[in-house]
Amino acid sequence: MKKQGEQKDRTWILAAPGVGYLTVLYALPLGLLLLASFRLPEAFSISAYIDFFGDPFNWYIIWNTLRSALLTTAFCLLIGYPAAFALAWSKGWLQSLFLISLILPLSVGIVVKAFAWTIVLRSDGVLNQALMALGLTSEPVRLIFTETGLIFGAVNVFVPFMIMPVYSVIRLLDPRLAEAARTLGAGPLYVFWKIILPLTVPGIIAGIAFVFSLALAMYVIPTLLVGERFMTLSQQIARSYLYLRNETLGSTVAVVLLVFSLIVIVASQWLAGKVRANT
Amino acid sequence: MTTLERLARLAVWTIGLAVCVYLMVPLFVTVAVSFSASPVFDLPPPSWSLRWYEALGSKRGFLPSLTLSVQIALISTGISLVLGTLTAIAVVKGRFPGRTAISTFVVSPLMMPGLVIGIALLQFLREIGYRDAYTGLILGHVIVTLPFIMRTVQASLSLFDFTLIDAARTLGLSYPKAVIKVLVPVLSPAYLSSGLFAFLASMDNYPISIFLTDARNKTLPIQVLEYLEVRPDPTIAAISSLLILLTIIVLVISDRLVGLRRMTDF
Repeated sequence: MKKQGEQKDRTWILAAPGVGYLTVLYALPLGLLLLASFRLPEAFSISAYIDFFGDPFNWYIIWNTLRSALLTTAFCLLIGYPAAFALAWSKGWLQSLFLISLILPLSVGIVVKAFAWTIVLRSDGVLNQALMALGLTSEPVRLIFTETGLIFGAVNVFVPFMIMPVYSVIRLLDPRLAEAARTLGAGPLYVFWKIILPLTVPGIIAGIAFVFSLALAMYVIPTLLVGERFMTLSQQIARSYLYLRNETLGSTVAVVLLVFSLIVIVASQWLAGKVRANT
Repeated sequence: MTTLERLARLAVWTIGLAVCVYLMVPLFVTVAVSFSASPVFDLPPPSWSLRWYEALGSKRGFLPSLTLSVQIALISTGISLVLGTLTAIAVVKGRFPGRTAISTFVVSPLMMPGLVIGIALLQFLREIGYRDAYTGLILGHVIVTLPFIMRTVQASLSLFDFTLIDAARTLGLSYPKAVIKVLVPVLSPAYLSSGLFAFLASMDNYPISIFLTDARNKTLPIQVLEYLEVRPDPTIAAISSLLILLTIIVLVISDRLVGLRRMTDF
């Protein structure tokens, strides 16, 4: 017993380097950024936030950010959830094909990927050529520099982050469970609704949390696919620091975005805990 | 099978294959453009050529950026492998309170806005008077690569039977030797896949790097975006195609070593 007690005391030391590293170079800097946003030249004050939230343009930016992140997440779930099942059911070369198309695109950076989408989506691009050849439209559809184009590119970059967590949960499903339910007379809809869906919820939560937080913070994709006319919180941060040199505005917007991300992390952890407690 | 079930299966396969094609589109476009003779990204290319590959060597800035990015990615992934493994062992094997919190904390940078992490780190380094861009980049990239290692190694360790190490010690191995002989082989698939994901995440990182670079230390994504904004030509497609080729080689080797399927234990 005593020996176990000693070991119990020692294991946490192994976590110390990693946790210490992130505390000093990640948590502490973020905390200082938060503090700095309240410390104006005069004294402790929330006037930067009053200014920020008093400007309707900033509400428009927040709305843009949330809406594009929500749309991206919704589409990722819509196509990623079934795709995860296809990946789990596939075997042999088909599975290799699925895995390669998930991993290989990571070798092309977001910058190049977003640029590739500008080539596909532009008015004389491949997609418009195909649409016109199929007779679906008589003149080019405006895709690039629109929100549609943005969602097209964002879903493309982020959908693997939906597929992976859902797939890892599906893999753990016991196929006999659905079989047993069928033998007992349950219809396919009932089996999906009462057995498969609830068991895959942890993967769905993880996927939504990943994609939503990544989409909230995306910077390169909107910059290349929509440009300056569609401002998001990330673009406002980059603009304030890199072009306007307005650090007060920059740190205020950064804190707003930080709070959104923290809410997503805490909410997803809480939801995941609740689901775990229920099963 | 009922009609409903058949329809559902058909939908799953159709969507699955459509997603495959959708995911590969940017790669096809990049490779096609890189072999195009035209400088204006016409698709399909009017004629084929290797001119953008020939131009690679003479373009200023690309080779140093690529070298810098590879160095930063290798070093930061290496540091993360060590820190991540130690933290994962502590979280899986330890019985102290706050283990879930530690695990969430270490994985959290994955879900935090990169630009905000970058600014915070930049201001912190400035405050303490640290100005070296190269090490600054490494410090920042460890933050982004660590979550990938932590997630995968933790998942892999939770399936590991730690009494095997004790067994090896009973059989006469020293503790470090027992760890190397027993634990490391079990973790190698996790190292391979998480190491690859971490490496690629570092190579691709723009938001953190943009605040930590200086004129002499520009990572590849920053150089590429700058180049695209000033005078885009398919040289970028050529360099990207080479990176795709490199990843294919790594994937083929990984497939031989551990199997592709285990690469997705994300």
